[in-house]
This record gives sequence, C-alpha cells and structure tokens, in this order.
Amino acid sequence: MIQAWSDLIPLLPELFLLVMINVILIAGLFIDEKRRGIIHFLAILTLVLTAVLTLRDFNVGQRFAALGGMFVRDGVSDVLKLFIYLTTAVVFVYAKHSLRVNKLFVAEYYTLVLFAVLGMCILVSGGNLLTVYLGLELLALSSYALVALDRDSSTASESAMKYFVLGALASGLLLYGMSMLYGLTGSLDLGVIADKLASGDLPPVLLAFTVTFIVVGIGFKFGAAPFHMWVPDVYHGAPTAVTLFISSAPKLAAAGMAFRVLAEGLEPRVQDWAQMLGFLALLSLAIGNLAAIAQTNLKRMLAYSTISHVGFILLGILAGDEAGMAAAMFYVIVYALMSTAAFGLIIVLSRAGFDAERIEDFKGLNQRHPWFAFLMLVTMASMAGFPPTIGFFAKLYVLQAAVDAGWLWLAITSVVFAVIGAYYYLRVIKVMYFDEPEVDHRITVPGDVRSVLAVNVVMLLALTMMAGPLTRLCEQAWQ
Amino acid sequence: MLDVILSLLIWVPIAGGVAVLTTGERAATGGKWLALIFALFTLGLCVPLWMNFDDASANLQFVERAAWIRTFNIEYYLGIDGFSLPLIVLTCIVTVLVLISAWEVIEYKSTQYYAAFLMLAGMMNGVFAAQDAILFYVFFEAMLIPMFVIIGVWGGPKRVYATFKFFLYTFLGSVFMLIGLVYLYLKGQSFQLIDLQSMTLNMTEQTWLFFAFLVAFAVKIPMFPVHTWLPDAHVEAPTGGSMVLAAVMLKIGGYGFLRFSMPIAPDASAAYAWVIIALSLIAVVYIGFVALAQQDMKKLIAYSSISHMGFVTLGLFIAFALVLQKNSPDTAALAVQGAMVQMISHGFVSAAMFGAVGVLYDRVHSRQIADYGGVMNTMPWFGAFVVLFAMANCGLPGTSGFVGEFMVILAAVKANFWIAFASALTLIIGAAYTLWLVKRVIFGDVANSHVAELKDLNSREWIVMSVLAFFVLLIGLWPAPLIDVMQPSVEALLQHISQTKLIGV
Repeated sequence: MIQAWSDLIPLLPELFLLVMINVILIAGLFIDEKRRGIIHFLAILTLVLTAVLTLRDFNVGQRFAALGGMFVRDGVSDVLKLFIYLTTAVVFVYAKHSLRVNKLFVAEYYTLVLFAVLGMCILVSGGNLLTVYLGLELLALSSYALVALDRDSSTASESAMKYFVLGALASGLLLYGMSMLYGLTGSLDLGVIADKLASGDLPPVLLAFTVTFIVVGIGFKFGAAPFHMWVPDVYHGAPTAVTLFISSAPKLAAAGMAFRVLAEGLEPRVQDWAQMLGFLALLSLAIGNLAAIAQTNLKRMLAYSTISHVGFILLGILAGDEAGMAAAMFYVIVYALMSTAAFGLIIVLSRAGFDAERIEDFKGLNQRHPWFAFLMLVTMASMAGFPPTIGFFAKLYVLQAAVDAGWLWLAITSVVFAVIGAYYYLRVIKVMYFDEPEVDHRITVPGDVRSVLAVNVVMLLALTMMAGPLTRLCEQAWQ
Repeated sequence: MLDVILSLLIWVPIAGGVAVLTTGERAATGGKWLALIFALFTLGLCVPLWMNFDDASANLQFVERAAWIRTFNIEYYLGIDGFSLPLIVLTCIVTVLVLISAWEVIEYKSTQYYAAFLMLAGMMNGVFAAQDAILFYVFFEAMLIPMFVIIGVWGGPKRVYATFKFFLYTFLGSVFMLIGLVYLYLKGQSFQLIDLQSMTLNMTEQTWLFFAFLVAFAVKIPMFPVHTWLPDAHVEAPTGGSMVLAAVMLKIGGYGFLRFSMPIAPDASAAYAWVIIALSLIAVVYIGFVALAQQDMKKLIAYSSISHMGFVTLGLFIAFALVLQKNSPDTAALAVQGAMVQMISHGFVSAAMFGAVGVLYDRVHSRQIADYGGVMNTMPWFGAFVVLFAMANCGLPGTSGFVGEFMVILAAVKANFWIAFASALTLIIGAAYTLWLVKRVIFGDVANSHVAELKDLNSREWIVMSVLAFFVLLIGLWPAPLIDVMQPSVEALLQHISQTKLIGV
C-alpha cells in the first residue's frame, strides 16, 4: 500500500501524535498522583509540537493527497486541525482545575482526549469514506468513554449510555448511507464519487435514500435538531471538564466531516442536501433557542444554545458554495472559542463538591468577582451575536452566504430566532449583575487558568478588530 | 490631531471607561474624577471639531478611512457632515452633565456606572461618525449592552422587566436592518453609505428596505405603536440613564432615517411617507393625551418625548411631499432643518426635565406627582429652572422648543393644511400636560412634610441645571449657527431625494 516513505510525510503530525499518546498512556501507569502534573504538561507539549509539525507544511492554497487519496491535506483540513489543537490545549488548561477538585485527575482523561484529537485529525483529512468513518469512530468511542469518566456518578453513566446508544445508531445510519453510495458509484474515494454523481444518471430513489442517510448521520454527529436528543443529557451528565471538551473541538471536526462528505463527495447533489440541511437548520434554531429559555441549569442551557449555533453553521453549509463553506468554517472556529470560554468560566466558579452549573450559582457575580462577571458578559454577548464581539461577525458571515445563495427567508427566520435567543443569554447577564449573591465562598483560581481565560475572552473582542485576517484565512482555505 | 479627531472622540471615552473600571471600588472618588476628566477632554475635542468644520460644504469632513474586513469590503470609515456634528456635540455635553449629576447620588458600584456612561458616549459618537453601514451597526447595537446594564443595575424596582423589554425591542428592530444591509451588500459589493446611497434599486427592493429600516429606527426613536418600551425604560432607569436615553439615544432613530431610509430608498420613502406622517400625527396628538393622564413624572416626560419625536419624523417625511409635489425645496429644507433643530432642542430639554425629576427623586424618593406640591416654596431656584424647562417643553417662543416645532409646522402648512393643523394641536396639548405638571408639583401650598423639608439646589445641581438652561435659551434666541452648520447637508439631502432611483432599473 505504501508506495514510498515520502508518502507518509503529510501524515507526520498524526503519526507523532499517535506515538506521544502511547508514551503518555504508558507514562500514566508509572507516574503517581502527586506528579501527575507531568502528564498534563506532556499532553499540552504534544499538542504544541503537533501544531508545529502541521505548520511545517502549512500552505493554505495547496492540496496533498497521501496513501492513494485516502488522506488529504489542504487548507481546510490544516486550518481546522490547528484550531482543534488550540482549543484542546485550552481545554486541558481549564480542565486540570476541575479534574483536581472532582478527584478525576487521571492520565486516562488525557489519553482519551488525545485519541479523540487523533480521530478528529483523521476525520477532517479524510479523502475516502473509510478514512472518514475511521476518524469518526475513533473520536466517538473516546468521547463515550470520556463521558463515563466519573464512574461513580449515576448521571454520568446514564448519559454515557445514551450517548453510546444514539451515537452507535447514528454511525449505523451513516454507514448505511455510505454503503449505498459505494453500491451506486463503485468507489469509496470522495473525488471519484463526486465525478460519478456528476456524470452518470443514477437511480434517483436510491440516490435520495443515500443522501438522506448521510445527512441524518451528519446531523446526529452535529447534534442538529431533530437529532439533538443526546446533546442536553450528555452536556449535563458528563463532568464539566469533559463537557468542555465535547462542546468545543468535536464541533470543528463535525464541520470538517460535513465539508468532506457533503461539499466534496456529494457536491453534485447539492440541491438535495441543501434542502434537508435547511430543514435541520430551521428546526435547530427553533428548538435550540426556545428550549434554552426554559433551562435552569447552565450546562443544559449551553447545550441547547449549541444546537442553535449548529443551526447557524448549517446555514453556512447549505449555501453550498465556497463562500458558504468559508462562512461555516469561520462560525465553527468562533463557536469553539466561545464555548471553551463559557465552560471555562463554569469551571472557575466551581469548587470541591460543588459544580457552579445552575444559572442561580452566578447570582451577584459582579459583586463577588467583577472581572469574571465581565468575562462572562462578553462571552454571553458573543454567543448572542451582539457587536462588537466576534460572534456578531460570525453570524453576519453566514447570513451573507445564506442570502447570497437565495435562502433569504431562512436568514430572516434565523435572525428572529437570534433575538429570541438573546433572551436567555441576557438572563445570565441579569443574574450576574442585577441579583444579590447568595453564596460567598472565595473564588480561588490558579494563575494559568486565570490568564488563559482572560486571553480567551479578550480574543472574542479583539478578533473583531482583526476579523480581516481570520476571514481571509477561511476564504483562502476554500479557494 | 484633526486627522484622527473622530477616532479620538470615539476611543478616548471608551478607553477612559476601561481605565475607570480598573480603578475598582476601593478608589471610587479617584475613579469619578478620572471619568470626569475623560468626559471633559472629549467635550474639549468638540471645540476644534466645530471650529474647523467647514459649514459651507456638504461633503464629509474629518474623513478617516481604512480597510477593516477586506473580504466583505467593510471599512473603518469615519466622517461627519452637518447632521452629525451637532449630535456629536450634544452627546459630549450630555455625558459630562450626566457624570456630574450622578456625583454623590450613585453609591453602589459607582465606578462601573461612570465607566458605562463613558463607553456609551464613545459608542454614540461612533454611531454619528460612522460612514460604513456595518461600522454603524456595530456601534448601534453595542450601545445596548451598557444601557442594559445601567437600567438593570441602578434602576428602580421593575428594572429587570424594563431593561429586557428595552433590549429585546431594540434588538428585534435592528436585525431586520442587518438583513437589509446584507442584501444591499450582495447587490453592490459595498457597505459604504456613499455607495449604498447612490445604488439604483427598483421599487420592490426599495419598499422592503424601507420597511426593514423603518422597523429599526421606528423602535429606536420611538414611533407609535412601537413606543411602549420607552415609558418603562425611562421610569425604571436611573436619572443619568433617562437623560442619555432621551437626549441622545432617541435621536439615533431620527438620524437613521436621515442617513439610511431617506437617501437609500427615496422612492419608497416618498411613496410611504404618508404612513410615517400618519404615525407621527398619532404620536403628536394621541400620545400627548396619554401624557396628560400620567401620575408618574418620569412617565409623563417619557410620553412627552414620544410626542416631540413625532415632530422629527413629521418634518423629515413631509419634505418628500414638499419637494416632489409642491416643488418647493426651500420649504422642504425648512422642514428637515426643523426636524434637526427639534432633535437637538429636545436633547437639552428632555435631559433637563429628567435631571429635574432626578433632583426631586434624590430628596424624596418618589416620582409620583401626588407626593409633591408647592416645591417652589422650599426650592425657589429649582422651581425657576423647572418653569423655564417646562416652557421650553411646551414650545414657548424664546426657548429652543419653539424653534423646531415652529419650523416644522410652518413647512407643513405649505404641504397640507390639515396636517399642519393636527400637528399644531401640540401647542395646546403640550402646554396642557406640561403646565399642569408644573402646577401640581411646583406651585401651590406646601403639600406635605417631605416637601417642607426640601433643600434647594446644591452647587453640583446648579451647574447641571444652568448649563442646560443656557443651551435651551441659546438655541431659542439664536438658532442661526445651528441652522447654518447643517444648511449645505440639508440641501444636499433634498437634492438627493428629489432624484428618483428608479431610472435605469
């Protein structure tokens, strides 16, 4: 299979990551609890070095295919990968504090997350349905295990079970769609599939089923309504350190999967899947925003808010052209930054035996700690899409793409739901600023978390000034 | 410095706000002084701005232009003309007064209060100076967050309801504008107002755009029937919040009509001017009667603001009939100038009225008219100021309130007698509710022991009241500089709207 060793050069970051995961796995067996900080350090170092290796051959405009087209490296994959490393590194910094206080500071967390990262890298580089599926399952299996990390908690076990059953169902549907696609086109290679779909007159009924199954599978992985049932339970049930991870980087990967399978493989059938995504986007916006209003638990609220953000991401993808994909990519990157910030702030306010996960726990935060209250204000404003935060530009970008592709009615509906969504974000601001504090424990936060959090949130504001380069990066990746 | 003076007007207060925030609560007095220094410095910047403004030209002045987001051709594009300049000056003056009037009053988290107003000032200046639609939109929306916090943290008992209503109403209005702007961009590949204004659009497009803009600005200014957020917001807001809201934020609605609706969709604006004129007359007459029935002083002034804003929209949109049907650009210019003067005048008068209510509220902690009576006996200076502002509010000649209303009514007579007649009813209704308020609160015998214990204005309140009184009289007696400065811009606007955009479609 391997024609030449040089064929492996594009895979260098992934290979390095794999080796390092094994090193960490073994090291975790021998390092006792007191020195477990070494594992933490090693994991972050791994991500940094992997990023360096990815940057080594980074070239937005170019496309390499390795292993006979199984593995693709182009601007899209590399930009997504870099942001996956970045968000995961930030996740590690925040998670350590939370894992420590909840007595979950184990090496397995790091290995599982890194395996998930490896899965994501393979997924976003997939040039072949098999590679896509391989990456997806590596990500999914690691995630199931991560949710169950706190094995003594019954809610965590329950949500892991739900996640597993529904995730397996989704994988099955996706696989079914892929097998029909193989039957129709006789190839697993996404490029060949696209050519066959564009040229041949294939049986339309079978084709419709194929597209449907694949869209449903992707919808499940994204957590788009009506396939969103697992999202609130998993977000709520999993330890916050795990929710933090699941809510951020895997969304980048899910977008990557949609790009590969829909925008490359099924590109000639854009008419079919755009219609379906339009329906999913509409439902996600409606259910996500309306259900979030009713939540009292912040993690559940953010879960529903994620569903509504997925609606916006789909709005970009369904535009079907390069501009739409670039917009979706921009949105998902911004979303990952906002999501890490929000869960990071939940972690900051938690202490041993107490997860600050109810909205009430944020009461009077402005009196207890004005700085964190301000950071949460900016994060919520960005999620709601108010200027001058970057969240506004992300929404503007996808709206533009959707209107340009002729989805004016959907764009108008989406902004109306954005206004409804503003209500529950504002409620968090209200609780922090207008209410009196009920608890008064001291907020003790390690310095590294504090500074990374500050940078993370300030980025949401500062990126507005520098929105030009980031949009250009996304645009170039899609040229 | 003149090259970047608009940037300074925007970023100095915002940076000042951040600086004040970092001083924290422990050094609250220092924070207040710091805030005042920043506000005064910003006000000082208005002096060279006004001096170097060429009032013979309708072109954009003090232009700053830099690429911001190249992918969408969004620019950091600032510039002002005769419409923006007075509003920027108004913003800077009101901000200083708001900070002074809060000096001893706001004790809870006072540095945050000061910082919020400073940032708000920078953003409002940004709204008036932005010449790129997205830049405008960013400032337009960003303003909501400090105001949301101001009403919510320092407001009255029903503040949470009021501030959510305020925020969601305004936000809902503006998102439709955003879709409209996106549509315009996709058509013309530009967000610069200059390009949007010169773009040809067919009637269907113009109609949709007109209504998209209308929703945004009608909520902001506010017009009947989307005015209901305003009385709630005003009643619950702290004094400073009410002052800024009435004096400047409402004007952004009128400014938006001038900058977006009228020049971008002139044919639709002409076709649907009757809608706006009808709603304006309802605001002037019906809301005037509503004001008459109020028991709460702030609510009464809030309704009177809506009624006065009716003159602004009336003046702006009656210009279409004057230009297109009566072929009388001079009268149309009178109408638009009247609307602008009304905006500036109302900025000072409403700030003064809310400031006066604040003075009473700080002493008695009630806004109910029934809790007062005979204030003149214990607070003669205060009473004198209130009577002056009340006269301005009902449009007495010699005060600023007269000039704008008179110009609009005069222009309306030329367009249609009955429109003029209906709008002139304000002279009666406005006088009725204002004077009746003054009679019940200021005059008469001392009503109760609270009023008997009142102390007259202290020096801090004196400064606020006398500055506002000065401007009310200045504009009333000598409006010429204000009118001159906007003259070329008004003419350019009328020239622009008299040309149909439909040719060539």
